[in-house]
Amino acid sequence: MMKNNNSYIEKVYSWGNKWNIFMMILLLAFPFLVSIIFNTSPDWNGLFKGLVATAPMYWAVGVVEVITYIPMLGAGGSYLSFVTGNISNLKLPCALGALEQAGVSADSEEGEVISTIAIAVSSIVTTVIIIIGVLLIIPLQPILQSPILQPAFNQILPALFGGLGVVFISKNWKISIAPILLMLILFIFTGLGSGEVGIMVPVGVVFTIAISRIMYKKGWL
Amino acid sequence: MNFSVNHPILFLIVGIIIFFVLAQSVFFLVKALKRAKELGMDTKKIRKIIISASIFTIAPAVAIVVSVIALAKDLGIALPWLRLSVVGSMSYETIAATNALSGMGLEFGKVAELNATQFVTIVFVMTISIMVGIWLVPVLCKKMKTGLVNMKKKDAKWLDIFQSAMFIGMISAFVGFVFCDFSGVFKGQTQGLIPVLVMAVSAVTMLICGALMKLTKARWINDYALPASLIIGMASAIPITSWLG
Repeated sequence: MMKNNNSYIEKVYSWGNKWNIFMMILLLAFPFLVSIIFNTSPDWNGLFKGLVATAPMYWAVGVVEVITYIPMLGAGGSYLSFVTGNISNLKLPCALGALEQAGVSADSEEGEVISTIAIAVSSIVTTVIIIIGVLLIIPLQPILQSPILQPAFNQILPALFGGLGVVFISKNWKISIAPILLMLILFIFTGLGSGEVGIMVPVGVVFTIAISRIMYKKGWL
Repeated sequence: MNFSVNHPILFLIVGIIIFFVLAQSVFFLVKALKRAKELGMDTKKIRKIIISASIFTIAPAVAIVVSVIALAKDLGIALPWLRLSVVGSMSYETIAATNALSGMGLEFGKVAELNATQFVTIVFVMTISIMVGIWLVPVLCKKMKTGLVNMKKKDAKWLDIFQSAMFIGMISAFVGFVFCDFSGVFKGQTQGLIPVLVMAVSAVTMLICGALMKLTKARWINDYALPASLIIGMASAIPITSWLG
């Protein structure tokens, strides 16, 4: 059975590597194809300035996100999530909810399978809903952009992390107190804005691991 | 060929790429389901997980459609459709388009109709700037997962705590984020309370679901607790915003 387990995870790495490299080539092919079809090339000056202003920040954030999220998403989930996006606001909460529902640990093989299923289903549903949205964009536009519904769409993250927070904080309350206090202080009193949450995720993760390690060594956990 | 941001050929190319995005998800889903069967995992439980993951995804996915509509005004429909179906977001695409146009001496939102050169420049900036995760996962995934396996062999209890600490670290950052406009409350501005109250409604919904499950012994409530807390929390934002906004 152990050999079988290893061969499954090895296959996941192999499939994932091939798929992600293929998707990278496909995504990069889009601007090249548009250039060829419409017989144009990028504005090189604009491209250079645009990349200098955009890429370094997003590359840095991307590296930190990969290191932070791989242990939480599992192997299959990571390959899928870093292609389909919306990780912290959709894929990861979805995987966490599924692990909780199934009652399995993230580091077990069952956890790997469950998180892959949840993330794959979430990716498929998202892609299909966007396709429907694009097909029906004209009739849907006034409904989805109506001022009545806007507050609901503006508050997805608080609505998501309220429920998820109760589940995980109640189970791990000892290691939750310090990071939550730290984040409340940082966000309320130091002027951190909503745009900084992506940077604060790895800060929160590293801080919580450090605090947990100290508590574990002292025998408090 | 005359260029337009909504040219049919753009929809065709994007449609083909999206087909492969879907194919990758279906591929991993089928492989994981097959493995679940081999491991003897309960089929009914897996089916429930698929249903709740689907329900849970609907509201955030509709919000992504709203972002596609918002970006379509300036970028056409095909490009936001592609960018928001793969790794990307409303804020990221806006920043990338703004920086690319600014590099050409233009202002995002003030260009009547993009020409092919401007469009291609924007797409290159968007694509190259956010490609890191797609190639870095193949480079790091196996090494990191092997590291976790070794950690488990050395000290299984610490690995459990380590993973819980990662989840809590992420959740605590988002709890802090919910309070990011809270300081305005001290000056009498009530808008900062809106996300806090929405989070509270969502949390209370989850607590009620948990209590109902314990009282009635109905396990199915657990399957829908997270989607319910998300949807009820979002719905509560409408009256809360009209009250405090």
